[in-house]
Amino acid sequence: MHARLKAWAWQGAAVLAVALLATWFAHNLSANLAARGMEVDFSFLAARAGFDIPFRLVEWDSSYPYGWALYVSGVNTLLASALIIVLASALGLLLALMRLSGNPLAAGTARAVIELVRNTPQLVQIVFVYVAVLQVLPPMRNSITWFGGIFLNVRGLYLPSPSGTAYNWILAATVVAVLAAALLWRRLGLAAVPRLVVLPPVLLLGAVLAGFNAAWEYPVLRGFNFVGGTRVPPELLALVLGLGIYTSVFIAEIIRAAIAGIHRGQAEAARSLGLTAHQSMFLVILPQALRILIPPLTSQYLNIIKSTTLGAAIAYPEILQIFARTVLNQSGRAVEVMTLVLGVFLVVNLLTSAAMNAWNRRLMLQGR
Amino acid sequence: MQTLKDLLRRGALAAIAGGIAALFAGNVALAQLAPPPGPTVEAIKRRGTLNCGIDTGVPGFAAQDASGTWKGIDIDYCRALAVAILGDASKSKYTPTTAAARFTVLQSGEIDVLIRDSTLTFTRSTALGLDQVAVNFYAGQGFLVRKALGVSKAADLQGATICTVTGATLELNIADFARSTGARIGTLLFDKAEEAIAAMEAGRCDGYTDDSGSLAGMRSTLKVPADWMVLPELISKEPLGIHIRSGDPRWQKIVFWLDTMLKSAEEFGVTQANADQMKSSKDPFVLRLIGVEGDFGKMLGLDNDFFLRAVKTVGNYGEMYDRHFGPNALDLPRGLNNLWNKGGMHYTLPLR
Amino acid sequence: MHPLLRALFGTKLNAALTLLMLATFAWALPPLFRWLLSDAVWQAENRTACTAAGTGACWAFIRARFALFFYGLYPVPERWRADLGLLLLAVVGAGALFARRGRGWWLAALVTLVPLAGGILLAGGILGLKPVPTPQWGGLLLNVVISFVAMAGAIPLGILLAFGRRSAYPVIRWISVAMIEFWRGVPLLTILFMGLILLPLFLPQGVTVDNLVRALIVMTLFNAAYMAETIRGGLQGVPRGQAEAAAALGLHPAQVQLLIVLPQALRLSIPGIVNIAVDLFKDTTLVSIVGLFDLMGVVNQSMKDPAWLGLAAEGYTFAAIVFFFACLVISLGGSLLERRFAVAHRR
Repeated sequence: MHARLKAWAWQGAAVLAVALLATWFAHNLSANLAARGMEVDFSFLAARAGFDIPFRLVEWDSSYPYGWALYVSGVNTLLASALIIVLASALGLLLALMRLSGNPLAAGTARAVIELVRNTPQLVQIVFVYVAVLQVLPPMRNSITWFGGIFLNVRGLYLPSPSGTAYNWILAATVVAVLAAALLWRRLGLAAVPRLVVLPPVLLLGAVLAGFNAAWEYPVLRGFNFVGGTRVPPELLALVLGLGIYTSVFIAEIIRAAIAGIHRGQAEAARSLGLTAHQSMFLVILPQALRILIPPLTSQYLNIIKSTTLGAAIAYPEILQIFARTVLNQSGRAVEVMTLVLGVFLVVNLLTSAAMNAWNRRLMLQGR
Repeated sequence: MQTLKDLLRRGALAAIAGGIAALFAGNVALAQLAPPPGPTVEAIKRRGTLNCGIDTGVPGFAAQDASGTWKGIDIDYCRALAVAILGDASKSKYTPTTAAARFTVLQSGEIDVLIRDSTLTFTRSTALGLDQVAVNFYAGQGFLVRKALGVSKAADLQGATICTVTGATLELNIADFARSTGARIGTLLFDKAEEAIAAMEAGRCDGYTDDSGSLAGMRSTLKVPADWMVLPELISKEPLGIHIRSGDPRWQKIVFWLDTMLKSAEEFGVTQANADQMKSSKDPFVLRLIGVEGDFGKMLGLDNDFFLRAVKTVGNYGEMYDRHFGPNALDLPRGLNNLWNKGGMHYTLPLR
Repeated sequence: MHPLLRALFGTKLNAALTLLMLATFAWALPPLFRWLLSDAVWQAENRTACTAAGTGACWAFIRARFALFFYGLYPVPERWRADLGLLLLAVVGAGALFARRGRGWWLAALVTLVPLAGGILLAGGILGLKPVPTPQWGGLLLNVVISFVAMAGAIPLGILLAFGRRSAYPVIRWISVAMIEFWRGVPLLTILFMGLILLPLFLPQGVTVDNLVRALIVMTLFNAAYMAETIRGGLQGVPRGQAEAAAALGLHPAQVQLLIVLPQALRLSIPGIVNIAVDLFKDTTLVSIVGLFDLMGVVNQSMKDPAWLGLAAEGYTFAAIVFFFACLVISLGGSLLERRFAVAHRR
């Protein structure tokens, strides 16, 4: 009886404390806003924004509403996150393999790089890379040119952009096929074949095939700028390089720990079955290590998404820069804007960790 | 009984833990009372300092010299306010604000007044809950471009990329300009002017846009200023001025009349050097201005000498302009910023 | 064959790897060495001496600005106070790490005396010390102050949250989980930004909080959430038998948790706590984006000094070096702590 009473008392007190605190904040907020003749109102999202967003993947001009700016900048954030995740994972794997290679030169170098990068602040690295990128790259008229169609200069990386119906169809079909195969791998009776080895080359093959059937639009220097093609601005390059390198050393350590966590016997068994060193690494060790490294890897990926806000320091138009700075200031809706920004990050983070947890559970089940 | 003791003990433990946490926070916590939106002046006097919101660094308006001292016309306004209210210009405390954060900082009560080359606009006076007290600099939005580009007017910037700061009227104007002329001008937005300038110097942009006063200031910070030119054309009106929070008419009147008097002092020839001698002037306007006649200071809730102190500290408007934009400084012609009777825009209300 | 040679050139792949690494070194290291050391300019009045052709890094810039990088705008005649405060922190910190006996006293001094004396020394205003307002605090000093206060606040708060998350009472558990997941789910920069511009709106009218204090509050709460997860891991690692044995000895449940389980859990969490400390120290640079002049902020500011315009690479390299060594010191201190506790455990 006492125990139940105590439980109620404690929990009641906690609820009361939280409720009081929340009420106090809400009261202060409304009093403060009232004193300044303002109110919380999200209808500004439909108002005309009137400013330009320098880099975007989706449609935007100054006549679009504020709310759309959240979408545009959110897509920019996701684009940067995706590129960084790819780069950091690849580099991390490379560094981890170097450390495990048994070659003292490679292992030592990897160790030095890891220590150096992880003990310096990511902001310093990103800003440094940006400044370095701007200082090292040539001006527009002296662009570094590769294959006659790829240009690199201080304004960014200019790539030819593919288009055309054949291109679109082949690409879409490949992606759908690969995705479907990945999901239905077991049902297709291919459980014995490691899909991580088969599917990426298939994807690449599809992309190459699509590329051969595409109409390529090449960037051409006209007036102040290159016209046509796709442009990767230096801000995005710097953010991806800076954050990608920074996160890769943490990923390298995670991968190394995971591989080290696989019992030696596994490698020996694989070798005694006649697999080569590479086969045993890619077919036996890595797939098992994947299982151990998913939880820490998830938190690194979530860190990447959150860290893209540092792009605001180098003018990359992501959510913090465009929405929490420009929109907040042009509309004056501080409370509403910050609520939306925090909400977006919370939702993205919770969704990502839920997805990763689901995948993790699947892998665990397979392991049995 | 046992439960009660238990509860007490747990409570004590929680209190100890909380107390330790509070000790850390409290030790460095310098929480202080700030002005309530009402009587700003009382709060300033109680606190003993004037909290002035300024720019993060634009020569001419507000920039730190090598010793870390703030200099500029906006700074002089802050000093004039501090010496008028508190009798000591050094009691002006500066809060550098970025374009994006300035109005929220003012709204939140962290600063008493925002004197930060900020354009007075409709939205800012209505949606932001701010009062726009006075214009201390008439400017227009212009462009700073590399001479080698061979551009002579804004319309030539078709296809160019322009660096600027975010959160200002600048990005809106440039979008409007592009829309009305059909030119495609890209913008790259930075948080601070110096970041935008650095990116432009590195070749990331073809030019930089700001109000005409700041352009002259930022040009002076370039590595080789001679390589760059300011386009003669202005694409907007930028009356830069003083913002305060709405709802304090008394504070509004003090700031408004101090600005008026600084400009009137130039009109009547009252300078930093001759202010004391002017007490023997025959001109009733001058006598009212420096507080010899009429209880103008008292009517504002200050003492009658408040303006005498201010003008002896920072000089009149013309002297301030010369100090920061004159031939020995940024060398920007007075233009619109001259008095009305010399072809400018500063037309002051009469002191009577 | 010598074992080292075999390791380097034993297989075809290894030999290729070695050659590749050597080629990379040959390509990257000489220019880096020239820029960093042999061609660097160590003494100069201003930028012009550094812009001559063939010169490397302009370390004269760092020399000219050295004091600024460490103290910010902290008034020159008062800088001994900052030195004394840092010395106090170093001595007491070292005492807590290395003392053979009475470590409890050192730790107690670290969490009470150091913040109290350090706060008085830095802020002044009493005992005849001239008050130094926080906007004048800057440079590396600010990074140290922020990390120390945030760390000292985050550990007790993190312990509370970790216990809260393990509480038998669902409501307290939910509140703790919500608190932890909120702070872990949002970017630090966003909440620093929010603390800067929104916090006053949530406080009673007329109350404003010093900018530095806002950063401290945000940093503390943010790190407390991560700390809570680390300590929770530690709590899970303490064998059940420990708590059961203590309870069987007649200890009160609170005593069991505080005296038996928590110390062991903290020992298990040392590596995690050290990681958080390193991350925290690096993340203090973010305050430069919200307008505080920490080392990064001062470096940014210095680059637009007309005499040293645009020496970005030097400034950031210097900041990176400083942080590298500072983080190294934290990591080393952490592993020392870990080893000492491990030894005590074995005994």
